[in-house]
Parts: sequence; structure tokens; C-alpha cells
Amino acid sequence: MKFSEAWLREYVNPDLSTQALVDQLTMAGLEVDGFEPVAAEFTGIVVGEILDVNQHPDADKLVVCRVSDGIEELQVVCGAPNARAGIKVPFAQVGARLPDLKIKKAKLRGVESNGMLCSERELGISDQHEGLMELPLDAPVGENIRDYLNLNDAIVDLDLTPNRSDCLSMLGLARETGLVNALDVRVHDVPAIPSIIEDTFPVELVAPDACARFVGRVIKDIDPTAETPLWMKEKLRRSDIRSIDPIVDVTNFVMLEQGQPLHAYDLAKLSGSIVVRQSKAGETCTLLDDTEVTLHDDTLLITDDSGPIGLAGVMGGLSTSVTAETNDIFLEGAFFAPTAIAGRARSYGMSTDAAHRFERGVDWQGQVRAIERATELLMEIAGGKPGPVTETVDSHYLPVEKSVELRASRIARVLGVDIDNSTVDDILARLGFHAMVMDVEATGEGGLAEHTWEVSAPSHRFDISIEADLIEEISRVYGYNNLPVRTPLASLAMAPKPESDLSLNRIRDQLVTRGYFEAITYSFVDAKLQQQLDPEQEPIALANPLSAEMSVMRTTIWTGLLKSLIYNVNRQQDRVRLFESGLCFSQPPNQADLKFDDISQVRKIAGAVCGRRSEENWADSSEAIDFYDVKGDVESILALSGEPDHFEFSATTHPALQAGQSAAILRDGEVVGHIGLLDPRIQQQLDIRYPVFLFELIIESVTTKKLAQSQPMSRFPEVRRDIAVIVEQTITSRQVRDCVHLAAGDALQNLKLFDVYQGKGIDPNRKSLALGLTFQDASRTLTDDEINNSMDRVVTSLEAQLGASLRN
Amino acid sequence: MSDLETILETAQSAVADSKDVASLDDVRVRYLGKKGELTGLLKGLGRLPAEDRPAAGADINKAKEALQEAIQARKTTLEDAAFSSQIESESIDVTLPGRNADVGALHPVTQVLRRMEDFFQSVGYDVVEGPEIEDDYHNFEALNLPEHHPARAMHDTFYFNPELLLRTHTSPVQVRVMETQKPPIRIICPGRVYRVDPPDPSHLPMFHQVEGLVIDRNISFADLKGTVIEFLRVFFEKEDLQVRFRPSYFPFTEPSAEVDVQCVHCEGNGCRVCSQTGWLEVMGSGMVHPRVLEYAGIDSEEFTGFAFGMGPDRLAMLRYGVDDLRHYLDNDLRFLKQFR
Repeated sequence: MKFSEAWLREYVNPDLSTQALVDQLTMAGLEVDGFEPVAAEFTGIVVGEILDVNQHPDADKLVVCRVSDGIEELQVVCGAPNARAGIKVPFAQVGARLPDLKIKKAKLRGVESNGMLCSERELGISDQHEGLMELPLDAPVGENIRDYLNLNDAIVDLDLTPNRSDCLSMLGLARETGLVNALDVRVHDVPAIPSIIEDTFPVELVAPDACARFVGRVIKDIDPTAETPLWMKEKLRRSDIRSIDPIVDVTNFVMLEQGQPLHAYDLAKLSGSIVVRQSKAGETCTLLDDTEVTLHDDTLLITDDSGPIGLAGVMGGLSTSVTAETNDIFLEGAFFAPTAIAGRARSYGMSTDAAHRFERGVDWQGQVRAIERATELLMEIAGGKPGPVTETVDSHYLPVEKSVELRASRIARVLGVDIDNSTVDDILARLGFHAMVMDVEATGEGGLAEHTWEVSAPSHRFDISIEADLIEEISRVYGYNNLPVRTPLASLAMAPKPESDLSLNRIRDQLVTRGYFEAITYSFVDAKLQQQLDPEQEPIALANPLSAEMSVMRTTIWTGLLKSLIYNVNRQQDRVRLFESGLCFSQPPNQADLKFDDISQVRKIAGAVCGRRSEENWADSSEAIDFYDVKGDVESILALSGEPDHFEFSATTHPALQAGQSAAILRDGEVVGHIGLLDPRIQQQLDIRYPVFLFELIIESVTTKKLAQSQPMSRFPEVRRDIAVIVEQTITSRQVRDCVHLAAGDALQNLKLFDVYQGKGIDPNRKSLALGLTFQDASRTLTDDEINNSMDRVVTSLEAQLGASLRN
Repeated sequence: MSDLETILETAQSAVADSKDVASLDDVRVRYLGKKGELTGLLKGLGRLPAEDRPAAGADINKAKEALQEAIQARKTTLEDAAFSSQIESESIDVTLPGRNADVGALHPVTQVLRRMEDFFQSVGYDVVEGPEIEDDYHNFEALNLPEHHPARAMHDTFYFNPELLLRTHTSPVQVRVMETQKPPIRIICPGRVYRVDPPDPSHLPMFHQVEGLVIDRNISFADLKGTVIEFLRVFFEKEDLQVRFRPSYFPFTEPSAEVDVQCVHCEGNGCRVCSQTGWLEVMGSGMVHPRVLEYAGIDSEEFTGFAFGMGPDRLAMLRYGVDDLRHYLDNDLRFLKQFR
């Protein structure tokens, strides 16, 4: 909300600079976003009158004006298209100072000019520079323009929180300013304007829960040629409201002044009677701004016999709107319940000052006062004969005046400080609340008397309904920064911390140690890209995404990580190692009516890697990473669990990964992740220059670790035997290991696969594996015979089960 | 000159002439070996008269010891020279970089989150996380934000359907904790939150929040102030950091306060970062609204509580001088490497 500082000071005028005043409002909970002067800094500009205008002899676009400044007549050359005799304009006299220039006597194309006629932009009032700023014809010639237009003023931009709709009016702001400065507020007493005519217009409330009070008044014989006075236009302008005609301007002015939105109907266009009712789906209404809305079934309407003539509390309809020819009007000042208006304007893509106020709440007793004030102003400006004020009300649905109990002990408990009862009395009084000390009974702790007030708030503070509301008011006025500071006391109980918990932080640190950078990518991703990577899952789609690239929830972190990898590769980063942890989202297939419990939100950790094995350097080879580099990174995480044996990598196919270089990661037989090379087709489509390796793990599968259990270490020597076996290419190292372990017996302590060879000297369909077997017994030295027997069993078993042959 | 003296002299010069340990050993064998010359003299003692034998033996042994000493000294010299030359030949450029020194880095927002978690855990708060797809009830309703509440306009919400949405704050986690846990409660809830805001230097549609909740008997606004001030001072490592509390409004707290800190860039003098105000808004906070406690089945007469919420993305900006929130989601390695 924007408002004029000078207007506020008409009600209450603390001895504070503009800056100090806005700081004070901010600290009172009415946050000021900023303020700006209504006009530029300038001096020496007065109201001038153009007496006559002649063409410049040597310039087509210039005219020579004779201008009066109230004292003398001066010749001024001017280029504005609207310069004409008889109008009054801002006149910068010789010697005047404007922001960027000083006015001097000058010759323009050979003709003397004594000053400058100004546009609004030159005064810093607006961006208007089409022509001269035309002042009202009754502007007093020679008066300083700053005084005449009241330009020593600032426009303050207030960002009000939704609970303080009582401050969406000048009177509300004045009350608040008076409160914090302990000053009285000068309020204009609104007289009850007696009726001159008997005319009324019938109103029926058929949705009283939504509209419990409708105040109306017929005013006839308004002068349609009347002009809104400058002071009102300026106040409206400084609140960002465009002046239209006296009737509309008055309704807007009263809304700004009192906070009660009003609406004026052209009486001649109303038919039958006004009925306030809820809409039916599909009804239509053409609004003031000439847009036709098709209504939902939850919208409060003002209707007459012709149908809907306005969205209650939002915007009036075009068919009954006032125009430049309107003589007779029907004024509406209604109380619409916030719940009946809230969200409706937004649901039609609209936002209006009226809806903004009604949905936050207006003073439910302010309607008659607003109608009287509007009548008073309208009659001043454009005459007219008012009828009686009619009030249609269903008091059953009006808010009730209630009193709220406030306990001194509760104030102390919530705020952590004992505030004197007399201070509380004073604060309540300054707030305009009515407070009564209740009969003191021994109800407090330990049978002590409890000092309790019974407080009732004025109707504009309808937000006060429980004790906490009052405590908030007291703390606010007392000053948050005057309240004490302490840290909470709690018992020093130790929190349990299972040693078997492996923290996500430890896992992240592990990857950082191995050269990975942590990324954070959006949880909503490009549906198309994700479809390529994870086509089997139907992702959960946003109803209102920002863009197609952010339209579905990720089912895999790869979608976002690949985008970040591409971002880096496109910026000359040829070695990228990124990881991210976070939730991935999935739903059951063919889900129609998605419910919270249907959704699985699983925390995963994933990596995307490309480029060299290590940073380019003098020592290491420049080899590109391969599957086993990334697998090593993953295994280093799995090793943290203390149970690496529970995990298994098993060759698999995955839509995102290249067959033959992809594996499922299993924990105790259950798939908990995948690892592999990005499918070359996807790599090509994404235009990534380098092969990319990916991994992803469900974090839960690695966040428990085995509690270590120490075993005795054998005192007896260990013996190592090495063999090399040749097997078919298709035999996996896992098969070989399993076979060896089974055959070797308990004494086998360690099995190392220390070489894999394919190539010269070996059948191209076969490969050579070199194995190192370490034997040891816990209680004695093993004999050569025992070890030889074990080795024989191993070789025999490898030959029999895997078709292996010993390599010589 | 006796034979002994001649032999010793010859032997000593042979020792001195030996160029390496092997030739030195040849000298030792030639004179001191089983068939060596000095050994031979000792063997020849028997041919001397008995009364001469002790003196002659002593002389020979003396010569033998002298020669052994000379050999040992020479050996040490030769070995030292060999080590020296080995050491010299193996000398390297120690300023060349070592192998496999690459380390990555945690994201700056994670670093700030961890720091925050550490501070709060050190005084007994639990860290609790929750779902990011939430239902309307937990994100709004149970926080005293019924449908159509105007404060919902402050939360531009991503929806999946009228009942399901991306959480707009981490407060629903607090609700979930209150539903299952009885006071005392001391938690912080870090995590991702979402608002419909196109990315620009100061807005992201996805950002982070850390919300805190303390519920116990006799928790007051003074406790809130103390906790928040202490946190901000340890976070910014500035003992006299100025902190102010401004009345504000959140439907789930009452009284509610915005928390401003003295601008950490200009120390409150006014600069671009604080829009010349000298203050930076860093947190929302307040006393838990009685209705929120009641929604969760906690007796609001017996228990009081405070809650606060802040943005680690913004705190990381202030802490590390980041000027554009979008850097956080670009994951440009040149940016991430600055946080090693």
C-alpha cells in the first residue's frame, strides 16, 4: 500500500523526519519498503498563465508565449504541443533551480526566452513529458508550485502483513502512528447527512453468512460535469489510484481514508432489486474493465433482476457502472465476510484494492460511516440530493463483540518478563481497547490472586480474539527490543547416538576425499530427459510448473546431475566429478487419484563422472576413467558399512546405461542401486564429448554399519601360493572367487586376484587370471601337505566347474 | 726394517689405494685371511725360540690390529662416499606436485547447513528431516493457515493436485514431530523448500530452510531472543553483532518477529548489500501459536514454545560473499572449487 506522508500528518504529526517516521512504522510491525519524494528537488517554479501564443518566426516546432507570473508578463519560448492561451502551467522563472539545470535568460533561435514552462517529468512528479502539465483553471497565478501542489511530501510504500488490514487505511495508519508516539489523532467527525429525498433501493441478503450487512443510499441529481478537486486527485495519485470522475474518486478516497471499499451503481441502470447471493457455476458477468468472467460456484455475487452485476467485494459490473452522464447513483457499503471473498479474485486472475481489503477483513461496523463520508464529499464536489441511508442486516451473522481474558501471569510466562500492571493498563488504553480488571480471585498459582483483565477491542481490531493476540499487542507496544534476553534452561540429558548409524555426512566426506564436488540440482526436472534415463517410471508431474524443463519430480538424481555435467563440459571443464544426495520421488503405476501415502520419497546419493582419472599432471598417465574407477569410489562407500561382503555387483541392463558396462548393486540380494557407463546413444543425443559414468545408491542401504567385533590374530605363519588359470571370457571373477572359496577350505584367509590377462599366447575367447591364495591357521602351523591338498582341490574344482586350465 | 714393518707398510698403502669395498676386501684377505701374510707370520711364530715368541707375537698382533683399524676406517670412508653418490644421483625436485592429491568440496549451502546443525546439536537439539512432497494439512492447515488464508499468498505454492504440494517451508516437519513426540521438544528441521519464483539473482524456486522448534514448560520470548542472538553471533563469529526484533506476522506464531542483523558487510553503515539500511533481514520467528499446539494435541496452557526459520542459502551468500543465488544450482566447478 502506498500513501502520502503529508496526508498522514494531517491526522497525527509527530516531530520526526520522514526517515525516522518510516523507521518507527517498520519497528512497529508495519514494514516500510521505501519512500520517495513526490517531486524532484527544485525552487523558483510558480503557477504561470499563458496569455497568448504566437508561432516562432524561425522554428516550426517552437512557439513564443506571453506568460504571467502574477507580477509581470514575460516572453517564454516553448516547444510543447499543448501550449495555448488560457491554460495554467508550472512556470520556472529565471533563477529557478531544477535537478539538472538552472534557468537563465536565453535566446532560442534568436528569440528571447525568460524562463521555462514545465512538464510533469521536469518537476519529477511523473514520467509524463508529452506536453506541459496543465493545472486547474482556478490555480492562483504566482503561487509557488510546491505549496500549491503540496509537493513537500513523500510517498511511502508499506508492505503490510495480512493480519494488519486495520492499517489499510489512513485512519488506521494514523491510529498506529498516534499509538507509538503517544499522540492524539485528529479525526474528522463524519456528520449524519440528512436525507433530502425519500428514494431508496431494495436489497435482499440471501447469503447472510457471506454478507451480513449491506448499507445503501440513493443520491440523485449529481452534476456530471463537476471536476474532482486537485487535493483529492493528488491524494489518490500518491496512493497509485487514477482519478476518473468525482463519483468513482470519492468512493476510492473513502476507501483509502477509512478502509471500507464502496461501490456506486448508476441508479438508472439497476432493475428490480439487488440480491446478494452465491454464484452458480457457468454464470457470466462482464466487469468494469470490460472482461467477461465465467463464474465458479463459490463466488459471492451482487445481482439485480438482469442477473449478476458485480463480483461482491472484488469488482463491479459494466452494465450498471457510473459514466460521465450519470446523474443518479446507488451507493453500496457492505460487510463481506473474509472467508467469502478470500482467494476469489485470485481464482479469476484478478487483484483489486477492494478484494485485498475484504479478504483480510474490514471494520464490520464501518459501513454507515463510510457511506456518510462519501455523501458528504460527493455533495461538496458535485452536489446531489441524498436519500435516507438504508441498512440491510442479518445480525445473526455479524461478528460478535467479545471480551478476551488477559492474565498478568500469562504475560510474564510468554514474554519472560513481569510487566507492571499499570504499564499494561496504559498500553491497552493507548490501543483503544476497553479493559476491566476482573474480580480478583485466588485462582493463580499457589492460591495467589491472579491479576486478570477482561479486554474488548474496538471493531476495527477484529483480529483480537484470544489471549495470545493481546500479549502480542502488549509486547509490540512495549517494544520487542525492550524484552529481556536469556537462553533456555534444559536438563543436561545425553542424547542416544547409536554407533551403528553411519551418517550421510561421513559418506559425503568420503566422496569429497575422492575428488568429488557436491552439487545441488532441482528436484523437478526435464520430463523428456528423465524419460530417456528412467522410462519405466511414471514421474509425479507438477500441476503448475515454471517450465517444461522443471515439470516433473525426479525419479533419479542422474537427470539433474547430467545437466550440471553438461553445463561444465560446455565450459571447458573436461574432468567432472559431481555427486548429489537428496530425495527421489515415485508413485505406483497408473495412479489416478494420488494421495500422500502413495508417494515414495527415497533419499539417494548419486554421482556423474567424466574425463581423466586424475587432474592433468606430470606423474600419472592421462588415461580416461573407466568402470572400475567409479566402482572403486562406490566400493569405498560400501566399505564404510563394515560389511562390504553384504554387497554384490551384478551385471544387468538399465535403460540409461550401456549393456555390458552396467551393474546392479545389491545388498543381501536386494537391488539398492546401479552403476555403469551412460548409454552411447543418450550420450550422443545429449551431445556430451566424453563417456560418462554414473552411479546411484539408496542411502538407507549404506547408513547402517556393523559394530566392530575384534577377533584374535593368529600367531602362526601364513603361506601364500600363486596360480594362474585360463578360463572362458564369459566366466566372471566372482564365479572364480566363489569356486576357490568353496574348494580351498577354512584355512584360506585371503584371496587376491592380482592379474587379468588377455592377448598374445592365449586363445582369444579366453583370459588368464592370476590368483594369490594366503593360508593360515589360528592354532598351528600348516604343513606343506595340507596346503598342497587345498591347492589341488582348488585347481580340480576350477577345472571341473568353470572349465579352467592351469597356465604354465 | 723388519719383515713385519715392510708388510704392514705395504698393506696400509694397499688399503689406502683400494677404490671400493670389494678391492678393500681383497686387501684384507691378502693380509688377514687364512692364508694372508700377517696370518702367515703368526703361524711362523712356532719356528722362533720360545723366549722370543711372546714379544714377536705381540708385535704381529699389534700390526694386525693396526691394519684392521685402517681397513675399517677405509671401509667407512668408501661406504660414505658410495651413499653420498647414491643420494646425489637419487635427488629429485621436491616442488613437483604429489600424486592423487585431488579433493573435492561440499556445496557451500551444505557447509552452512552443517555448521548450523553443529551449533544446535551442541546444545541438545535433534536434527529432523521430512518429506518434501507434503499434504495441504501439514504444510498449511495444521499451521493455522486454512484454505484461502491471505497469508497463503506469501507462499506461491507448487501443486500436484489440490491436496498435494511441494512444501513451502520445513514447518510441516515440526508438525509431524509434534504429532508423535511429547514435549520437551528441541529440534531443527533443515531441508529443501519450494516456491513458484522464477530464478533470478535473489530468488530460486527451490531453496533451503532451517527451522527450529523448542517446546517446554516456561519457554518465553526471552528464550527465543537469547537463542536467536546467540546463534547469529556464533554463526557470524562476531560477539557484538547487533540483532533487532521487529513485530511481524506468521499465522503459526504469536507474537511473531522478523530478525534483522547489523549488516555484516558494512557493519551497519549502509551499503549495497543492505540497501543502505544497515540491517539485513535473516530470520522469521515467534512464540508458537496456541492453536498450532492444540492441533498437535499439546496443552497450550501447560506448554509454551518458540519457533524460528531461516535461509541457509542467504546466510551462505552473506558468509561467503556470493552475489547471485543461481550460482548454487549451476554447479559450475569453477564456483564449487572456491569452497574447498
